[in-house]
Amino acid sequence: MAHALVAEKHPLDDLIRRDRMPHIWCPGCGIGIVMRCYAQAILESGIPVERHVVVSGIGCTARVPGYMNLDSYHATHGRPIPFAIGLKLAKPELMVTVFSGDGDLAAIGGNHLIHAARRNVDIKVICINNFNYGMTGGQVGPTTPLGAKTTTTPYGNPEHPFNLPYLLAAAGAVFVSRWTTLHVRQIKRDILYSFRKPGFTFIEVLSPCPVGFGRPNDIEDGVEEMRIYRRRSQLVYRVPDEVPWEALEVDLREERPIYVGRFVDREREVFQPVRR
Amino acid sequence: MKGRGVLTGVHFMHGDHACAEGAIAAGCRFFAGYPITPSTEIAERLAQRLPEVGGVFIQMEDEIASIVAVIGASAAGARAMTATSGPGFSLMMESVGLAAMMEIPCVIVDVQRGSPSTGLPTLPGQADVMQARWGSHGDYEIAAYAPWSPQEMFDLTVLAFNVADRFRIPVMVMADEVVGHMVERVVIPPEDQIPRWERKRPRYPAGDGFKPFLVEDEDLVPPMVHAGEGYRVHFTGLTHDERGYPDMSAETHHRLVTRLVEKVRRNASQMIRYDTYALDDAKIVVISYGCTARSARRAVADARRMGIPAGLLRLISLWPFPADVVRELARQADAFIVAEMNLGQMICEVERYVSQPVKGVFHAGGAMIPPDPILQAIREVAFHGPRAGGGKASAG
Amino acid sequence: MRVYARQPVNLTQVRIPRGQVFLIPDRCKGCQMCVEFCPQQVLRMSTAMNARGYHYPEIAPGKENACVHCEFCMMVCPEFAIFTLEVDSA
Repeated sequence: MAHALVAEKHPLDDLIRRDRMPHIWCPGCGIGIVMRCYAQAILESGIPVERHVVVSGIGCTARVPGYMNLDSYHATHGRPIPFAIGLKLAKPELMVTVFSGDGDLAAIGGNHLIHAARRNVDIKVICINNFNYGMTGGQVGPTTPLGAKTTTTPYGNPEHPFNLPYLLAAAGAVFVSRWTTLHVRQIKRDILYSFRKPGFTFIEVLSPCPVGFGRPNDIEDGVEEMRIYRRRSQLVYRVPDEVPWEALEVDLREERPIYVGRFVDREREVFQPVRR
Repeated sequence: MKGRGVLTGVHFMHGDHACAEGAIAAGCRFFAGYPITPSTEIAERLAQRLPEVGGVFIQMEDEIASIVAVIGASAAGARAMTATSGPGFSLMMESVGLAAMMEIPCVIVDVQRGSPSTGLPTLPGQADVMQARWGSHGDYEIAAYAPWSPQEMFDLTVLAFNVADRFRIPVMVMADEVVGHMVERVVIPPEDQIPRWERKRPRYPAGDGFKPFLVEDEDLVPPMVHAGEGYRVHFTGLTHDERGYPDMSAETHHRLVTRLVEKVRRNASQMIRYDTYALDDAKIVVISYGCTARSARRAVADARRMGIPAGLLRLISLWPFPADVVRELARQADAFIVAEMNLGQMICEVERYVSQPVKGVFHAGGAMIPPDPILQAIREVAFHGPRAGGGKASAG
Repeated sequence: MRVYARQPVNLTQVRIPRGQVFLIPDRCKGCQMCVEFCPQQVLRMSTAMNARGYHYPEIAPGKENACVHCEFCMMVCPEFAIFTLEVDSA
């Protein structure tokens, strides 16, 4: 090959609402990366596309369903999980995926998150964690690391963030993993795995947010944050044998490791509504 | 009884239970709810009955999760309902707007109690009726029905599902603690005599260019597509175009919201229900609804025995408000009296449409307004003229 | 690429794939992740601009035959703007 060739169509375009591309996310934002992994996983899932449904709340990540060529529901802030539960229980043959952000799922939606995990309803949750509320301009969120600057923490975040894998493990999710947008193969593999694993699955993906989070925290752009992930992410196979649960909290001060991997993969009875 | 959907027969039934049976008879097969007095019995009855008929019951972690799960289930094709009281009703308001915007049918039962705030959990109120109409932010319209008996708890729940499905709107059943907790005769008809209005279905197959929110009919109702049918549509609470895609333009917004409102206004005659008593030659028209209407009917009957030409218009649909009926009555009446268990809510609607004086008989809630204050109001208007006492009276 | 002291036993039998890079320039937002993470450093940002004013990648000089169809650029691109297809090796 001498030059790159110009193409009209991307291999995954059948799963994308082409007439709405390019999407609204900023240059260097990682949401598109995870969306691509999700689209690839759907293709490889062996489940007819008509049975896949994607649900989201409000936020940048929550715009994903609008760009996917699936039955998609863009509900209210914090509420994709109960919406997904309604869909799944009314029509169990659907493969229901919730695709939303850290603020939507863990702040306003936090109650629904832990109860759904407790019940172990058969829905797949993909949570893109960009450490802030990006859509509204970069405010502090439940996963903003300690000390980080955001528009509502101009002196540095005085609060600890949620340790989402720990939270979900305690709440009862049967599959919990965390990756960064650099770990593209693992993300797709885990989404595929979660399709095949009945019960409440939760995949957290750390993502750059160059405008909302990166700039106030001296991360030059999306690529720079990806380099940080490459430098600091450390694969963990067994928690708490290798590292304690508490260590999974993301801390961006100094050169601390960001632990990634599959943290929970267990069997638990899946929620079934009572039938008589 | 086990496994039977419609409990055809004559029953002596609890109001809340009749509502639950109405839902099942209407084909409701999904209930998500949260316990709250005085609606809990609806959830409890459905927890027992839905598994028997192959439906799904789930008690959610809060009222917000309940209504959102109901909307999700309806999006998948199920007739879905939740039941609550004032505090839960307030929590659900954002989602009422979501259902209206996404045009997803759902039924919300509000068994009203003393309010505001925690109020009187075990005693009646009727103070949520304006909230039913205006509770969520923005312009939208809904339908709301006020049963006055366990029989109507059954009948109006069936109607609520039909109106919701036919017009793709959220519909409220605005009961109160008296009607919800009383036990009375309920006749449940055979299954084939229970009316069923289906959702409008698409006339085009799935494919590129299918527009889920394209309206081609006079009734302004777009066809409903459900999850998993292959249409691959996008439903969003954002302002959207005919394709369902978000469209942030003033023009699209005005067009969409106007259609959502017009959809109800244009079809209002199919949703409106009311009842009359002694209205033909009435000069003093009493307007009431729910449990208060029971007292109003007695007061009107007593007034008639005294020779006063009083009559009762009982609102069954609070919304859409039967404005034409009230306007028509204004041609014959000298005065109107509105009796309601709040400090003046539906009276505002009456005042809008009549030029005669409107007297109110109010109570903030906690006990049924007995017939006597209503009768006194009728007598005062009859003997001292319509403007006697000047304006609204409180039943104290 | 680093050359290690040991070589795979089947080095002469294994066929290294060859890839052709495809771009959809109008979707690119110039984030440079493909450039950064291509293991063969096949790409560099060009001076050309798309309709939105973003620079998009091109094949770096001397790298015309370096693409091994690992598809990492496709996987790491947030914009669905780049992918590779395998070409039959000579």
